[in-house]
Amino acid sequence: MCLGVPGKVIEVFEQDGIRMGTVDFGGITRAACLEYAPEVDIGSWVVIHVGFAISVVDEEEAARSYALLAEMGNLEDIDLPQDADGVRAEHYRPKATP
Amino acid sequence: MSEPDATAQAVREFALRCPVPLPPGERVVLGHGSGGKLSAALIRDLFVPVFGGGAASELGRLGDAAVVEVNGIRLAFSTDSFVVTPKFFPGSNIGELAVNGTVNDVAMMGATPLFLSAALILEEGLELEVLGAVVTAMADACQHAGVALVAGDTKVVERGSADGLFVTTAGIGVIADGVEVGPERARRGDVVLLTGPVASHGVAVMSRRAGISFDGDLASDSAPLTSLVQAMLTAGDVRCLRDATRGGVASVLNELAEASDVSMTVEEGAVPVLGPVRAACEMLGLDPLYVANEGVAVAIVAPEDADAVLAAARASEYGVHAAVVGEVGDAPAKVWLRTGLGATRPLTMLAGDQLPRIC
Amino acid sequence: MKYLDEYRDDRIARALLDDIARTVTRPWTLMEVCGGQTHTLIRQGIDQLLPPEVELVHGPGCPVCVTPVALIDEAVAIAKRDDTIVCSFGDMLRVPGSAEDLFMARAAGGDVRVVYSPLDALEVARRNPDKTVVFFAVGFETTAPANAMAVKLAKDLDVPNFALLVAHVLVPPAIMAILVSPGNRVQAFLAPGHVCAIQGWTEYEPIARDFGVPIVVTGFEPLDLLEGIRMTVAQLEEGRAEVENQYVRTVVREGNTAARRVVDEVFETCDRAWRGIGVIPKSGLRLREAYRLHDAEVRFPRTEGVPASESEICIAGEVLRGRAKPHDCPAFGTLCTPEMPLGAPMVSNEGACAAYYLAGRRREEVTA
Repeated sequence: MCLGVPGKVIEVFEQDGIRMGTVDFGGITRAACLEYAPEVDIGSWVVIHVGFAISVVDEEEAARSYALLAEMGNLEDIDLPQDADGVRAEHYRPKATP
Repeated sequence: MSEPDATAQAVREFALRCPVPLPPGERVVLGHGSGGKLSAALIRDLFVPVFGGGAASELGRLGDAAVVEVNGIRLAFSTDSFVVTPKFFPGSNIGELAVNGTVNDVAMMGATPLFLSAALILEEGLELEVLGAVVTAMADACQHAGVALVAGDTKVVERGSADGLFVTTAGIGVIADGVEVGPERARRGDVVLLTGPVASHGVAVMSRRAGISFDGDLASDSAPLTSLVQAMLTAGDVRCLRDATRGGVASVLNELAEASDVSMTVEEGAVPVLGPVRAACEMLGLDPLYVANEGVAVAIVAPEDADAVLAAARASEYGVHAAVVGEVGDAPAKVWLRTGLGATRPLTMLAGDQLPRIC
Repeated sequence: MKYLDEYRDDRIARALLDDIARTVTRPWTLMEVCGGQTHTLIRQGIDQLLPPEVELVHGPGCPVCVTPVALIDEAVAIAKRDDTIVCSFGDMLRVPGSAEDLFMARAAGGDVRVVYSPLDALEVARRNPDKTVVFFAVGFETTAPANAMAVKLAKDLDVPNFALLVAHVLVPPAIMAILVSPGNRVQAFLAPGHVCAIQGWTEYEPIARDFGVPIVVTGFEPLDLLEGIRMTVAQLEEGRAEVENQYVRTVVREGNTAARRVVDEVFETCDRAWRGIGVIPKSGLRLREAYRLHDAEVRFPRTEGVPASESEICIAGEVLRGRAKPHDCPAFGTLCTPEMPLGAPMVSNEGACAAYYLAGRRREEVTA
């Protein structure tokens, strides 16, 4: 239920009298209705469910709460190594099978 | 005798002769063509027994292509049908798919594909421009793949009886002496290798389906893998090779595990996926391991040759993102996935049809 | 992908698991309500990584699973007409009705189309003015605003051939129904994050207070679930019973007022039958009088005929209420599989039975 995916608004336009946006989900884009997120503009992060923005991502809250999590995991950096295409650069080495 | 009666009569006669009891009234569903469990059951329970094979026959061996021997020469022979909609999608089209798909099936047996045939079924009303574009694409793909199209057929059916056009190709190639590739050859200790990033094809096609469309840097990965495969075979002992098409990598791994009676473990984090493809899978709730590819092969490689084979793949045009993703273990035949969190769960065969998860 | 990948970090996950293991001193039974949360828990094996004292039972948060059989039958009947197009989310196509599902209706010639958004269905209606387009509106409070907008637009833009077959259900009445049922073992809830993005969490406060159960609004990624479980276990160990919010990046207490305003304009509460559970009063939504033109149940009244029937073996009701696990069912994995489901939770990817089956949980693998 409620498959909601976070994406970044890269365009805002009107269609049939309602406010719509083009949302970028890490490389792919789709149109979504922004009527339920009236405060967003280009650059905002939103959660999209069945073609509608149902919530705005509170980026400050996200950073604050994630910093606490990272501390718990004793992490200094949380970037996953990736090459330009987003393909993982680390490669798996199988352990010796007993 | 009127037509429906003749069909009913034939069905009755068949039912009497058929060695396999079929549930009466059961119909073909889309899942029978999706490359997962239902497809496998249809092949195993209907086609193989009826065509006079058992598990030990060439048909029953269930390789990507059949290996037959004529006057001391081993040939790989395969056929494939292409029914994709839309006909043209990001990165490729039904014509190119039809050529590369059969080229790859033949190449997966370690053969060099040489000749193709093509049979077209056209729907009444199809624009000639579209047909022209498709066959031009096929010709280009043949040239790129180094094969010659030497035989063909065309049929036209009434409007509504075919979705625009369907293409069936068959291909034949020669297996050099000493090359032994087969689904039953995997052994404990072998390494599981993927020649490229997964799910690109299925996502590219889906991105153009009405009702689910989205934009982005998505393209089908349809490609002829002959030189990639030959480079890998030269570099070391490649025991199994399979084209990961419908049903995705997960289905292929299950088929190989079954054929070789071994287990396999795949590290989820090691599976290469291009960024936008991953994003599309997230949006639709799809698992990339079950999405179709058209330019990715699964290879089971002897461990001492893993580095060399991987390097050879990466040096090849269509293998730059090749990666080792897992290992082969003991029987029983089962495929396991190690998740990002370190838990292990079975990676089962595709059940039914993977529809985008929405809700 | 930002705001997604970092919530899958395995090092933080292990730290959270360790913390939970250190905090817990006695057995607790938690219920995650939402099918999307069940999906993540099972696919990532989180329920197996948690300390044995923490038991997760799965809730009825799979709208596909709880849609009444009679509505599926109606959708199938509508699909088989020559003058209709039925649009639906993908999962609904394979949910068994009394005799058939929408997939079979399509195989028999019905025009059934998968869509991603109710706005896509509205577009189908505009492009096919000679057909009645019926959108199968299933979902919890998360999806109601989207469906409300589609119907509102249909009215405002004068698209009379667009109708909704409404099967909306609400979470708080379901939680209360679980809490009051005899033999309930659930001691705390992970509330559905995206439902709360719309509703906020004020309606959960009286439940936490009156029933003495901690309720933590939780997201859907592995770290969200682990953090939500950690917060819940802390409350249980400390004897608190409050509503807390784990999903702080997305949910605020007052929810999404713009969305709720449109929902209130289009829908009103009604009693609703939950498949496998029965009627829960005031637990559903239906279209208001002003929108009845767009109500598929009004335009296509149900014909009296074969009463809706369920498999006798299926224990979906017990599973949806957290009283049984999928592998407790005698038919699990044998008579009932995703290819041949007896009940709804085996069809939807968010259904607990399908989640268990696809993750390879079989009866013989379960340790006592």
